[in-house]
Amino acid sequence: MLKAPVWEWKIAAYLFTGGLAAGTAVLAAGADLTRAPHLRRSCWLGSFGALLASVVLLVGDLGRPERFHHMLRVAKPTSPMSVGTWLLSAFGPGVGAAAVSELVPARWRSTWPARLLRGLARALGLASAATAPGVGTYTAALLSQTAVPGWAEVREELPFVFAGSAAAASGGFGMLTAPPAEARPARVFAAVGASGELLASRLMEHRMGLVREVYEHGPVARRRRASEVLTAAGLAGTVLLARRSRAGAAASGIALLTGSALQRFGVFEAGVESTRDPRYTVVPQRERLDAAARGTLDGHQGGRPGR
Amino acid sequence: MGSNMAEAHPVAFQWVMEAKKNGARVVHVDPRFTRTSALADSYVRIRAGTDIAFLGGVVHHVLSNDLDFREYVAAYTNAAFLVNEGFADTEDLDGLFSGYDPATGSYASTTWDYEGARQRATAPMETGMGGPPIEGAAGGIAQDPTLEDPRCVFQVLKRHFSRYTPEMVERVCGVPREEFLQVCRAWTANSGRERTSALVYSVGWTQHTVGAQNIRAGAIVQLLLGNIGRPGGGIYALRGHANIQGSTDIPTLFDLLPGYLPMPRAGQADLAAYLDRLRARTQKGYWEEADAYLVSLLKEYFGEAATADNDFGFDWLPRIDGDHGTYRTTMDMVDGRVSGYLVMGQNPAVGSANGRLQRLALANLDWLVVRDLTMIETASFWQDAPEVETGEIAPERCRTEVFFLPAASHVEKAGSFTQTQRMVQWREKAAEPVGDQRSDLWFFHQLWRRIRERVADSTDPRDEPLQRLAWDYRTEGTGDDEEPDPEDVLRRINGVDLTTGRTVDGFTDLRADGTTACGCWQYSGVYADEVNQAARRKPHDQQGPYDPEWGWTWPANRRLLYNRASADLDGRPWSERKKLVWWDPDQGRWTGHDVPDFPPTTPPGHEPPAGARGPAALRGDDPFIMQADGKGWLFAPTGVVDGPLPTHYEPHESPVRNPLYGQQGNPTRRVYPRPENPYDPSPPEGDPGVFPFVLTAARLTEHHTAGGMSRQLPHLAELQPELFVEVSPELARLRGLTHLWWAHVVTARAAVEARVHVTDRMAPLQLDGQVVHQVWLPYHWGPTGLVTGDVVNDLLGIVADANVLIQESKVATCDVLRGRRPRGAELTALLARLRTRAGITATTGTTLVTAGPSPTDPPRETP
Amino acid sequence: MTDPDRPPPPLDVARRAGYDEPPPRVGFFTDTSVCIGCKACEVACKEWNALPEDGLDLLGMSMDNTGMLGANSWRHVAFVEQRRPGTGGPDEQTAAVEPRLRAAPRGGSELGTTPLPTSPKRAVADLGMPTVGRPGDGTGAETRTDFRWLMESDVCKHCTEAGCLDVCPTGALFRTEFGTVVVQQDICDGCGYCVSGCPYGVIDRRPHDGRAQKCTLCYDRLKGGLTPACAKACPTESIQFGPLDVLRERADRRLAELHGQGVAEAQLYGRDPDDGVGGHGSMFLLLDRPEVYGLPPAPVVPTRSAPQIWRRVGAAAAAFALAGIGAFVSSAFGDDR
Repeated sequence: MLKAPVWEWKIAAYLFTGGLAAGTAVLAAGADLTRAPHLRRSCWLGSFGALLASVVLLVGDLGRPERFHHMLRVAKPTSPMSVGTWLLSAFGPGVGAAAVSELVPARWRSTWPARLLRGLARALGLASAATAPGVGTYTAALLSQTAVPGWAEVREELPFVFAGSAAAASGGFGMLTAPPAEARPARVFAAVGASGELLASRLMEHRMGLVREVYEHGPVARRRRASEVLTAAGLAGTVLLARRSRAGAAASGIALLTGSALQRFGVFEAGVESTRDPRYTVVPQRERLDAAARGTLDGHQGGRPGR
Repeated sequence: MGSNMAEAHPVAFQWVMEAKKNGARVVHVDPRFTRTSALADSYVRIRAGTDIAFLGGVVHHVLSNDLDFREYVAAYTNAAFLVNEGFADTEDLDGLFSGYDPATGSYASTTWDYEGARQRATAPMETGMGGPPIEGAAGGIAQDPTLEDPRCVFQVLKRHFSRYTPEMVERVCGVPREEFLQVCRAWTANSGRERTSALVYSVGWTQHTVGAQNIRAGAIVQLLLGNIGRPGGGIYALRGHANIQGSTDIPTLFDLLPGYLPMPRAGQADLAAYLDRLRARTQKGYWEEADAYLVSLLKEYFGEAATADNDFGFDWLPRIDGDHGTYRTTMDMVDGRVSGYLVMGQNPAVGSANGRLQRLALANLDWLVVRDLTMIETASFWQDAPEVETGEIAPERCRTEVFFLPAASHVEKAGSFTQTQRMVQWREKAAEPVGDQRSDLWFFHQLWRRIRERVADSTDPRDEPLQRLAWDYRTEGTGDDEEPDPEDVLRRINGVDLTTGRTVDGFTDLRADGTTACGCWQYSGVYADEVNQAARRKPHDQQGPYDPEWGWTWPANRRLLYNRASADLDGRPWSERKKLVWWDPDQGRWTGHDVPDFPPTTPPGHEPPAGARGPAALRGDDPFIMQADGKGWLFAPTGVVDGPLPTHYEPHESPVRNPLYGQQGNPTRRVYPRPENPYDPSPPEGDPGVFPFVLTAARLTEHHTAGGMSRQLPHLAELQPELFVEVSPELARLRGLTHLWWAHVVTARAAVEARVHVTDRMAPLQLDGQVVHQVWLPYHWGPTGLVTGDVVNDLLGIVADANVLIQESKVATCDVLRGRRPRGAELTALLARLRTRAGITATTGTTLVTAGPSPTDPPRETP
Repeated sequence: MTDPDRPPPPLDVARRAGYDEPPPRVGFFTDTSVCIGCKACEVACKEWNALPEDGLDLLGMSMDNTGMLGANSWRHVAFVEQRRPGTGGPDEQTAAVEPRLRAAPRGGSELGTTPLPTSPKRAVADLGMPTVGRPGDGTGAETRTDFRWLMESDVCKHCTEAGCLDVCPTGALFRTEFGTVVVQQDICDGCGYCVSGCPYGVIDRRPHDGRAQKCTLCYDRLKGGLTPACAKACPTESIQFGPLDVLRERADRRLAELHGQGVAEAQLYGRDPDDGVGGHGSMFLLLDRPEVYGLPPAPVVPTRSAPQIWRRVGAAAAAFALAGIGAFVSSAFGDDR
C-alpha cells in the first residue's frame, strides 16, 4: 500500500551525525565565549567531523550523487529536505572555518593570516551555532512530514526526542574529549538532553496509536530499549561520576553517544517497518472515516486518541 | 458458453460491456470462473464437454412450457416438415440414430430425409457449405402447419429432448436445478417479439468430439426463440484470432475452395459431375448459382487458358480422396509418408494437440520450412524438444533439414483482416520490416517465380496446372524484391468483368460463361467501383446505427445474415424496437437499415411457380436463402454427419458414465489408435481410477496462443511469466497441493509440471453423488523465449469430430501429483507405469459403440 | 493539525502553480466496474514510456504478476478474489505467497503489503484488506452469496495537493499546465523523499537509474494533443481520459446508475475535493472499500501537518538552544570543584 522508504542506513546514521554536529557546534561556541579552549577545540573538530560525515552520508544516499547540487536549485519551504539543505549550507561554512582555525599549528598561530582566520572563524562559528538548533531538530520534520505511519504519527514528540538525543550525544562527546574541568557545560547539556530525550521518548510511546506495535516489537524495540538503558546509564554517569573521573566521563560519554545513535536507528527503522504492514495505514484512516461517518469529525490525521 | 470472451477477445468484449451498460444481462456458462465470469451478471459452472446436455435442457424447457416464438418457428424453420417414416431417434436406439454402420463408425443419413424429399448420399466434406443437395426441397416436402403430426420436426424435437429435464441437466452438467432454471427463464423472457438474446461461443464449443453439434444445439435454441436474423440476436462464433474467419472464407483447409465451394474429389471427371454433386434439380436457394462461382474462380486461377472447351481448366484442380487434415498429415509424417512440410503462422510443436506426436512427426521429414516472426519451437524442436531429454530425438541424428525464414508481422505489411462478423477491414503498413523479414505475399510470389522457372519446360502432365496458372498480379519492386500489390490481390478476389476489365459489383454479377473472373464469390463487392471498400473508415457519429461505411462485410456488405427473419410473414418488423429490414409495398422491394438478405423484389406472400429452382423457388417466407428448403433447420436432414439432432455424448475421455444413454461417446468420432496417441478408456470400457479428474486448457489474455508472439516480449512475458495449474481448494486438499509450489499434471500421454494456483475460481461439481474435480492450465509455454515451461498440449490426445475433423482439446482425463515431474527415462517410466495401472494400450478407448446391453454395463432401463 | 473549517483548495491547480492561461485540468476516471483485467493499460504504458520489464516471476496473487505500482510499472491492474462463503481459511496459501512476495523486487521497492510475520495479531482479514496471495480472501464474504473477482487498474492519483511534489527538494517534481504532477528526469537527483511523501505508495526510485519514476499522465502525448497511452488502449473504457470537470460529472452519473442497479457498495475514490489530498486528478469508481483493492481509505497529504510539525520543531529547537545556553550560564555560576 505504501512504498517503504528508499533511504538506507546512511540516513539513519546522518540523523545521528547531524545532531552531533549541531550540538557540538553549540558547545564549541559556548566554550569559545566562556574561554574553555579544550572543549572548544574538540567540539569544533567534532562538529566538523560529524558534518563531513553527514555530507558524505547524505550525498551517498542519493540515487544520483553527482547531482547533489540540484538541491540548491530551489528553496522550498514545503520540503523539510530543502529547508534542511539550506540550514546545513548556512551551518557548514562557519563550522568548517572554526575547525580549520583550530587545526592551525601552534607556531603559526601568531601570524597575521592565522589571526585573521581566527577572528573570522570565531564570528562564523558563532553564526553557525545560531543555526545549530535548527540543524539539530529539523530532521524530525524531515521524517514526520511523510506518509510513513511510524514517523508521521509521532510528529509532536519526535522533535523533542531528536533535540534531546542531539544534546545528549554532543554533551557525551564533550565529556569524552574534553578534560572534566572544562566539561561541565557538556555535562549539563548532556544531562538536560538525556533527560529530555528519555522523557519525550516515553511520552511518544505512550501517545502512539496502533503503530506502537512496530515500536514495541522486533529489532526496533531492542534498539530503542538499549538506547534507553544506555542513555539512562549515561545520564547517571554524567551526574554521579563524570565530574570526578575522566574514565567515568568517557564511559558516560560513550554510553550517551551510543544511546543517541541507537535512538536514531530505532526511530528510522520503526518508520520503515510501519510501511510494510498496511494495517498501520488503513486502520487509523478507517477509524477516522468511520468517526466522520458518525458525525464526530475531528480532522486529525492518524487516529491518535484524544487530541 | 464455451467462450472466455473477456480474456480471449477483450476488444470485442467492449461491446458486451456497452450492452451491459445499456441494461443487457450477461450470463456466463463455463467450467471455470474467468475474467468473463467476473464481469457477467451471473455465472454458471458446468462440467467441461456437457454443453449439449445443458442446451438440450433449455430446448426441453422451451418446448415443455410452450415458450417458443411460435409464429416465427412455424414459418421460418423446418418445424412443420415431416420426417421420413424410417427415421429412428436416439430415444429408440439407446443413443444412436438410424443408419449407423458400426463397421465404418458412420451414418448413412438417408433415413433422416424429409417426407417427400430425397437427399443425395455423399461422402463427408464433399459438398462444401451447402451440404448434400436435397431433391424435392423446393415444394415437395410434406408438412403439417399445426405442428401436431408426430412425425413433424417439431414433435421429433420434443421427443428427442424429452429426457433433458432440469434434473438430468444437474446429473450431467453439475449445474444445480434452480441455477439452470434461472438461465432458462432469463433466456426465454428476453426473447420473442420485442426482445432478442445473443449467444456467444468460441473454441470452448468447437474443440470437442461433438463440436459441430454443440453449435447445432445453440442454433436450435436460438431458432426456437426467434433470435436468428434479428438485431440483438444471433450466434456469435468468436474466432481464434485475427483473420481466422478470412482463412476459412478463402481457406487454408484441404476440403474447401474459396467461398466454401468443395474441393473436387478423385473420380469427378468433369465440371458437370462436380456441379451435379453440389446442386439438386428441385431445390431452393443461392447454391443454384454455384456454377458461376466456380467458373469465375477457375477464370481467376487460369485466366486465358480457362475456356469453355476445356471445362475452364477444372481438370487442373487438385483432387482429394479422403482425410488430408493436419492431424492425418502429422501421423503420416510419423509413418514416413510425408517428406516436406511448410509451416507458416503456426507453432504445432507447442500449439497442436499431442505435442509429442507433432514433434516426432517434424523429426521424421526430409525438409521443413518455418516462416515466423521469431524462432519458435517448431523450428528448434530438434535441439530443445522434451524428446531430446527422453532420448527420442537425438539432435545429432535428427534428419529433418530445417529452414527458418523470418516473416514480417501484420504491422509490417498491408492487407485485410476478416473478423468474426465477416467484416473485412483493410490495414495499412505501419512500419517497414526489419532485416530479412518479408511478407507472405513476397514469399509466395518469389516461390512461385522459382517454381515457374523449374516447370517451364516440363512435359509432365502433373506440372500442367502450374504452367497454366495465371499469376499476373500487379507487383511492386523488381527481381528478388518483387512482390504483389496487396490491393490488387483484393481486387482480384472481388472479381473482374473480363469484357470491360472493371471490377464486378457483387456476386450476382458473376457468370458461368467465362466472362467474369472472381477469387472468392462471397467477397464480391469488396472492391466494387474499383474502390477498396474494406478501407472505408467513416466514424460512427457520421453514419447510421449499422455503420455500412465502416469496412465491408460479406456477403454484399450485409451486416446481419438472414435478416429477412427480422420482419414478420407480412414483411413488417416484428416490433418497432427490433426493426431492421422490411417490405416496402410502395416501392415493391425490401428495404431497411441493413442490406436485405433476400431477393430484393420477392414480396412477403410470394408463392413460386411449380418447377422453379434456385433463388426463383424461394417463397416470400423463406429467409434462409442458402438452405435447400429456405428454412432454419431445427432438424438437419443432411450435412451433419453425426446426427440430425444434437445428442449429449460424453467426451472421449470422461470419468463419468453417460447418464442419458447406453451410448457413451459420439459414435462417429474419429479415433486414431496409435502407440504415441493412447487414450484413457471411459466407462463402461474403463474406470476413472488412475486419471480421475477432468482437464481443460485454454488461453490467457496476456499471451498469444502457442506463445510465439508473446513469450519473446518482455512486456507480455512478465505479465504471465510461468505455467501454472488452477485447482480448487478442495482438490488441493485432496492431493496435498500447496499454492505456488510445484505439481505435475499427468494424462495417458504426458506429464507436465506447473506451479499450483489454488483458487476459488475453480470448484468441484456434484453430479448424482459423484464429485468431479476439474483442473485448468493455460497452454502458452514451451522451451524457448524469455519465459519457458512445459508444453500443455502434450497432455492431449488426438481424437476428432467427424464433421470438421477438429480435435477434442477442451477436455481429457488427468491426475494431479505433488512436486515436479520426473526427467528423462524416469518420466517415460512413470507414464508407462500409469498406463499399465489404468490398463491403457494403443487401442483402448477406441470402441465406438456402447449402446445397448453390454457385458461390462448393467442393463439400463429403457423409458 | 488539519483544520476542518479550512476551505477546499481550488481544483485549478495549474493556475495556482503560476500558469497564466492553463488548459483545463485533465485526469483519468477509472471505472473498475467495467475493467476486464486485460492489462492492456500496463503494456501500452510500458511501450509508450519505454519502461523496463519488472521481473519475470509468478507472484501467485490471482492473475496479478505486476504486484504494485512502482518505478517500472506506472499502471497496475489489481485482482481481488473475494471468497465464496464457507470455504475455510486461506492461510496456507497466504503463507506460501508471503516469502515469495517479500523476495520479489519491483522497481526498487519490495512488495510492501505483506502482513509482517512480527505483527502480533494478523488482523488483516478482519479489516477487509487485501491479503497477499489471493487478494480479497476472507473479505466480507458473509455479506455475499457468491464468489467475486474484482479488477482495478491503479495509477498515480495526480493529487490536487501532491505529497511527492511538496517534499521534492530539487523542484524536479512539478505541476504541469494540465494540472498533472510530473518528474523532470534531468533534474531529479534521486533523494527519494517523494517515495515517502506519497500517501498512496505510487512513486518509486528505479534501481541502477537512481531517479524517481511515476506516471506522467503521458505529458508528452498531452503536449501533442493525444490521449494517454493507457486510456487509448483500454478496450472497455474502464480508463477514461478527459477534462476533470467532465470526468467528475461522468463519475457521478455512473455511480448513480450503479446505485440504481442495486450495487450499493459502489463508491467513488478521489472524487471529493474535501478529502485529505484535495481530490485526485485520477478518480476511481470502486465496487468495494478502497482497502480491498490495496488503496488507503482516506490518506492525508503530509504537507497538511507541516505547520504543526514546524511549531513543534521550533519549540524543540528553542529548548535545545536554551539547554545549550543554560549549560554555560549554569557552569559560569556553578560550583565545579
